[in-house]
Amino acid sequence: MNWNWDVIIEHFPRLLDGVWVTLQLVFVSGIAGLLLAVPLALMRTSSRVWLRALPFAYIFFFRGTPLLVQIFLIYYGSSQFEAVRESALWPILREPYWCAIIAFTLNTAAYSAELIRGAIQAIPKGELEAADAFGMSHALKVRRIVLPRAFGIVLPAYGNELILMLKGSSLASTITLLDITGAARTIIARTYTPLEIFFAAGMLYLLISAIMIGGFRVLERRLNRHHHYRGPEQVSRVDPRLAE
Amino acid sequence: MDLLGFGDLLLSGTWVTIKLALTSLCFGLIFGLIGASAKLSGSWIARTLATLYTTFVRGIPELLLVLTIYFGGSMVLMAIASNFGYDEYIEISAFAAGVAALSIAFGAYSTEVFRAAIQAIPKGQWESAQALGMTPLKVFFRIILPQVWRLALPGLGNLFQVLLKDTALVSVVGLSDIMRQAYVATGSTKQPFTFYMAAALIYLGLTILSTSMTTWLERRADPAARGARA
Repeated sequence: MNWNWDVIIEHFPRLLDGVWVTLQLVFVSGIAGLLLAVPLALMRTSSRVWLRALPFAYIFFFRGTPLLVQIFLIYYGSSQFEAVRESALWPILREPYWCAIIAFTLNTAAYSAELIRGAIQAIPKGELEAADAFGMSHALKVRRIVLPRAFGIVLPAYGNELILMLKGSSLASTITLLDITGAARTIIARTYTPLEIFFAAGMLYLLISAIMIGGFRVLERRLNRHHHYRGPEQVSRVDPRLAE
Repeated sequence: MDLLGFGDLLLSGTWVTIKLALTSLCFGLIFGLIGASAKLSGSWIARTLATLYTTFVRGIPELLLVLTIYFGGSMVLMAIASNFGYDEYIEISAFAAGVAALSIAFGAYSTEVFRAAIQAIPKGQWESAQALGMTPLKVFFRIILPQVWRLALPGLGNLFQVLLKDTALVSVVGLSDIMRQAYVATGSTKQPFTFYMAAALIYLGLTILSTSMTTWLERRADPAARGARA
C-alpha cells in the first residue's frame, strides 16, 4: 500500500464542488430549521397542555429516530401515495436535493427547539416580571425580551448543533447527492483509493467545523457583550484614560 | 407484527441492530476510559495523542468513518499482513467495520464524559487512598472508577442514544440491520413509506427502552435513591 498524494490533488476540485453542496445543505436547512424551531419552542413553553402536546410529539419523533430513516421516509416514502405524486409538491419531493433539505430542516428544528426551550426557561424570572411591570403585551415581551435573551443563552449549544448538522449532512450522499461524502464516493468508485480520498474529505469537514466554531466564538462575544462588560472602575485600574 | 409477511425480517434486523449497538458500546467504553486516562496523564505525548483522537473523530461525520473503515480497512490490514508474509485477500465484514467505526466515535465522545467525571472527584480521595498504601492502579479501580460510573452515567446514556441511531449508518455498507431489511421489504412490496415508518417506530421503541434503562441504572447508582444509609 502506498499513499498517493497525486490522486488527492487531481480530484480536489470535485471535492470542493462537494463542499459547496454541503454548505448549502447546512445553511439553508439551518436557517429554515431555526425559523421552525422558534414557534415550536414557544409552544413547548406554553402553559396550555394541548398547545404543548403537538411540539412534544414532533420533537420526540425526530429526536428518537435516526436521520437516515427520516431522509428515506421523505425521499422514498413520499412516492408511495398517489395523492402526493399528483400534487403540486411532487416536483419538489422528486428531487433528492429538496428532500435532503426538508429532512435536515425538520430534524434540526426538533433539536434546536429543545435547546431554545431550555434557554427560554433559563431566563431569570425577574426580567420577565420587569417586562410585565412595564406593561408590555405578551407579543412585545416575547419579541423584545424573551427571544433576544434566549438567543444569547442558546448560542454555544446551537453552535454544537450546527456542527452535528454538518456531520449529518453527509447522509445526503445516500440519496445520490454529491456533497463532500458523495463526491468522495464517486471519485473512489473510479480510482479505488478510499484512504486518500476519504482522508481529504475528512480534512475538509474538520476545516469547515473549525471555521464554524471560530465564527460562533465571535458571535457569542458580540451577543453576550454584557458578560464581558467592564465597569469604569475596572477599566480605570488598567488604564485611567479609558474610563472617560 | 406481520407487515405483509415482512415482520420477521424486520425483527431479525432489529436483533442485528441491538447486537451492533451493544458490542460497540463495550468497545467504546474501553476506548473512552483509555482516552480519558491519556488526557489526564502526566505524559504530554499521551495527552497530545488523546486530544488529536477526540478532535479528529468528533470533527468528521460518522458515515465517513464507517465508509473509510469498510473500504479502506481491508487495504490497511492487507498491507500489515503482507509484512508478515500473508498475501491473501482480507475482507472486513460490515458488522466488524460498523463496530470499529461506532466504537471509535463513541470512545471519542465518552473520553470527554469520563474526563469530566474523573476530574469531579475530589483530590483528597486520591490522597487518602494513597495514604492507606494503595498503588495508583488500585486507587483508580477501587476508589475512583466506582464513583466515576455514577457521575458519568447521564452523559453516557445520551451518547448511547446517539450510538443507537448511528447504527443505521452501517446499513449503507450492507449490514442487514433494521434499515437494510426495511429496504429489502420495500423492494418487493413497493411500499416504502410503510416500511420506513415501521423502521422509525422500531428505533423509537429502542430509544424509549434505552432511556428507561439509563434512568433505572442512574437510580441504582445513586445511594440516596436506593435507600441506602450512610
